[in-house]
Amino acid sequence: MRAREKAVLVLEDGRRFSGQAYGARGRTFGEAVFATGMTGYQETITDPSYAGQIVLQTAPHIGNTGVNDEDPESSRIWVAGYVVRDPSRTVSNHRAVRSLDDDLETQGVVGISGIDTRAVTRHLRDKGAMRAGIFSGADADLEAHDQLGLVRESPEMTGSHLSTAVSTPVLYTVEATAERIGSVAIVDLGIKAATIRALAERGFDVHVVPESVTAEELFALDPSAVFYSNGPGDPGASDDHVELLRAVLRRGTPFFGICFGNQLLGRALGFGTYKLPFGHRGINQPVLDRRTGRVEITAHNHGFAVDAPLDGPVETPAGFGRAEVTHVDLNDDVVEGIACLDIPAFSVQYHPEAAAGPHDSQYLFDRFRDMVLASQRSKEEAIAVEAEPQVTPRDASPRQGAEAAGLTSGTEPAAPTQTGKDA
Amino acid sequence: MPKRDDIRSVLVIGSGPIVIGQAVEFDYSGTQACRVLREEGVRVILVNSNPATIMTDPDFADATYVEPITPAVIETIIAKEKPDAILPTLGGQTALNAAIALHEQGILAKYGVELIGAKVEAIRKGEDRQLFKDLVIQAGAEVARSYIAHTVEEALGYAEDLGYPLVVRPSFTMGGLGSGFAYTPEELRRIVGDGLHSSPTAEVLLEESILGWKEYELELMRDQADNTVVVCSIENVDPVGVHTGDSITVAPALTLTDREYQRLRDIGIDIIRLVGVDTGGCNIQFAVEPSTGRIIVIEMNPRVSRSSALASKATGFPIAKIAAKLAIGYRLDEIPNDITGVTPASFEPTLDYIVVKVPRFAFEKFPAADARLTTTMKSVGEAMAIGRNYTTALQKALRSLEKRGSSFSWTPSTEAVATLVERASIPTDGRIVTVQRALFAGATVEQLYEATGIDPWFLDQIVLINEIAAEIAAAPELDADLLRLAKGHGFSDAQLGELRGLGEAEVRAVRHALGVRPVYKTVDTCAGSSRRSRRTTTRPTTRRRRSSRATGARSSSWAPDPTASGRASSSTTRACTRRSRSPAPDSRRS
Repeated sequence: MRAREKAVLVLEDGRRFSGQAYGARGRTFGEAVFATGMTGYQETITDPSYAGQIVLQTAPHIGNTGVNDEDPESSRIWVAGYVVRDPSRTVSNHRAVRSLDDDLETQGVVGISGIDTRAVTRHLRDKGAMRAGIFSGADADLEAHDQLGLVRESPEMTGSHLSTAVSTPVLYTVEATAERIGSVAIVDLGIKAATIRALAERGFDVHVVPESVTAEELFALDPSAVFYSNGPGDPGASDDHVELLRAVLRRGTPFFGICFGNQLLGRALGFGTYKLPFGHRGINQPVLDRRTGRVEITAHNHGFAVDAPLDGPVETPAGFGRAEVTHVDLNDDVVEGIACLDIPAFSVQYHPEAAAGPHDSQYLFDRFRDMVLASQRSKEEAIAVEAEPQVTPRDASPRQGAEAAGLTSGTEPAAPTQTGKDA
Repeated sequence: MPKRDDIRSVLVIGSGPIVIGQAVEFDYSGTQACRVLREEGVRVILVNSNPATIMTDPDFADATYVEPITPAVIETIIAKEKPDAILPTLGGQTALNAAIALHEQGILAKYGVELIGAKVEAIRKGEDRQLFKDLVIQAGAEVARSYIAHTVEEALGYAEDLGYPLVVRPSFTMGGLGSGFAYTPEELRRIVGDGLHSSPTAEVLLEESILGWKEYELELMRDQADNTVVVCSIENVDPVGVHTGDSITVAPALTLTDREYQRLRDIGIDIIRLVGVDTGGCNIQFAVEPSTGRIIVIEMNPRVSRSSALASKATGFPIAKIAAKLAIGYRLDEIPNDITGVTPASFEPTLDYIVVKVPRFAFEKFPAADARLTTTMKSVGEAMAIGRNYTTALQKALRSLEKRGSSFSWTPSTEAVATLVERASIPTDGRIVTVQRALFAGATVEQLYEATGIDPWFLDQIVLINEIAAEIAAAPELDADLLRLAKGHGFSDAQLGELRGLGEAEVRAVRHALGVRPVYKTVDTCAGSSRRSRRTTTRPTTRRRRSSRATGARSSSWAPDPTASGRASSSTTRACTRRSRSPAPDSRRS
């Protein structure tokens, strides 16, 4: 048996949990959060949204299926630290090429095992997500007082702008894997591989652009649509991305956002965001699609949420016409999706791309594709009727896009279609 | 969609006699159904031929008929009671068969009684192998490949494609006459020759063998608005070839990546939709080829099953109770999660613990029976245990069998390693102990994987238990750290005593002196993530499928709902680490 080396998890409020060293040895700091998925640890640790966080897995056995080269969501492990109960001593899966321990060690991720994960989870649930540190190797021998001091000196999540750290430094393109219908520019705030795959499978050439992109650079790509990805950090600290998004919306380019992208759409429309006490991180959250009445079981990973009125369409404070909350979490009524009614833009707080998680919400990518197609159609039609002054392309195209994608409820077919046909 | 107001009375069909393969789990589910329906103000009429059941006690139904479950008798009851609907999905296969017979004889139509829970069409699709096969293919999944052969030569040709071993089943013979496994072309010639002879249509079905594949089950629930959730995944420790009821099973599944698990989930949801299980639970079994991950759908049951009972206990999601509510019109998101009280039932439980079920056999009472485990169920009961990890849950479950020799022990073996490995290759009662002894005697995980087909991960966990046992035996003294380590892997005081040459009482005294005591966790459906959790049960219990009342054995309620059966010994949350307070029989005999 491997020797049991001691390690300690220290929370900002002074709580300490002792366990064994796991992964790399040393010290690490981050916001302590818990993830409740029973499968998908490999997707979880490689999800850039977890940058800056010490992730605790509530599932007791971690590492059983090892690590393969198909399932990671990005090119590296992003979690700042990893807390588990019983790490696997062996690897059992036909696709596995390495063990999880190997990856944690080679990538220098400090972890801790043998932790009473239920106790930590309950503590975080009651006290809220907080900063934490893991100390192993020589650092495990530091005085408790010094360890706590180090944790309290580490940066807070609120106010953190982490997009630069996770974003691609250069633009790259993934070609459509189905019949091409257009292109989508993803502003990479921490994109996952599964999202790129889902978009490429729906006929988009996918341009993944650095988060520092300017509006001019973005529009120079002439994308059929713009997409904001998931990602780490405080949406309240991302004014630059909010301004960029407003330029996209003003231009009438169809927009879809996931997770962080949902929070940024919320802000662009003039709503606020706030930090949840302990966030949603798991793959079993029931979300109600208020338009269909259907309940989806969804994958979540968010510590912040949009503060928008739940009751019916409202005028957006930032002047982008009407918007409404389309999805809510049935556990706690947190806003899980918003859609604009007058421009082609919508977003969800959860993860339709799954990985890890259920595939119940893949339809959202279809909805996005339909919205883009409708927008393209109405644009062509609008160009055809450009001579007629009563319908301006700007009014026509976005609205039409939103309706055709099933994003507006119960309105008459928009005028441009009629005009277009007549023309 | 709230509750339907056109259903004012429901006839619930019970499961009749308790036999191997269909037992008290259906008394549990039927009892839950009666309780729920009455709470909803529905008049409940019950028919069950077995008076030694809880559901037939006074007060569970408005009218109870202890009568044979036959179409003629049920028709008389329908004529007298005039129920609006019949609920057949909570009484096992007996109730489903009765419902089909009532439909076929035109009795349902004659009295204008509606089947709720599952429609006749859905029941048929689940049962008819060809219909089901078509559905599986429609769902983009696979069933075991098969061909029909009319000559030996034809059979040999198909065998090239299917590979050896393969299953030969003559068409239209009784009781599996002439069927068998062919491992070589010579055997195939012989079996097919015999099969063609015994088949009235002179044809045989050749099917690829899935013996030794990994076996999984999913428990799903669907409401009439098509909201579907997977309540629980279950993994069989014994591979395909041993009936699920006879296999050691574990929840949640432990050797699947998310990609593989979601594939099973997608197939499961597609199938429940295509079969048309409108409301309620269903159970789907899968086989997964370990070296390629190829998935085959084995079968589905459009009703509450044995595994549903296990899943309910394992997760805190009361499947039978919710199935009854769905049957009368509720949607999943309209039903509260009993345990959190604040979240809806339209969610998938997440476990931060492991549940192990171990079958209990009674071959000593059936001396003529073949003790080899096959695809026909032979166990007479089972024990389920919950632990914070697999080793704890497994050791607790084995102890709970209350049978000498069913727990692990580390006395030096008198048998050779090769003999033990050889013996482990045949699935039988207590094979897990043989596996443990073989590993302890020096056999490798590879050898035992080869012999048993048990996933290397589960085998390594037994190696871990053996290593800790060796560490305990070799330690200079039994200190607090060592005791905590041992308890964290499910060692009983009796096992520690055996390893240290002490009595169980002495170990306990040392342990108490060192302040090493059990801790208790709740089955909360949400891995600690929801605040308003209500206390529920996590006690290892033994249950006999022979009515627990009749045999006087310890009974248990599977209902996670603490208000459940007053008769049951549940609702005391005990020992996630272990049970130790009372001199429980299971810890004495380990």
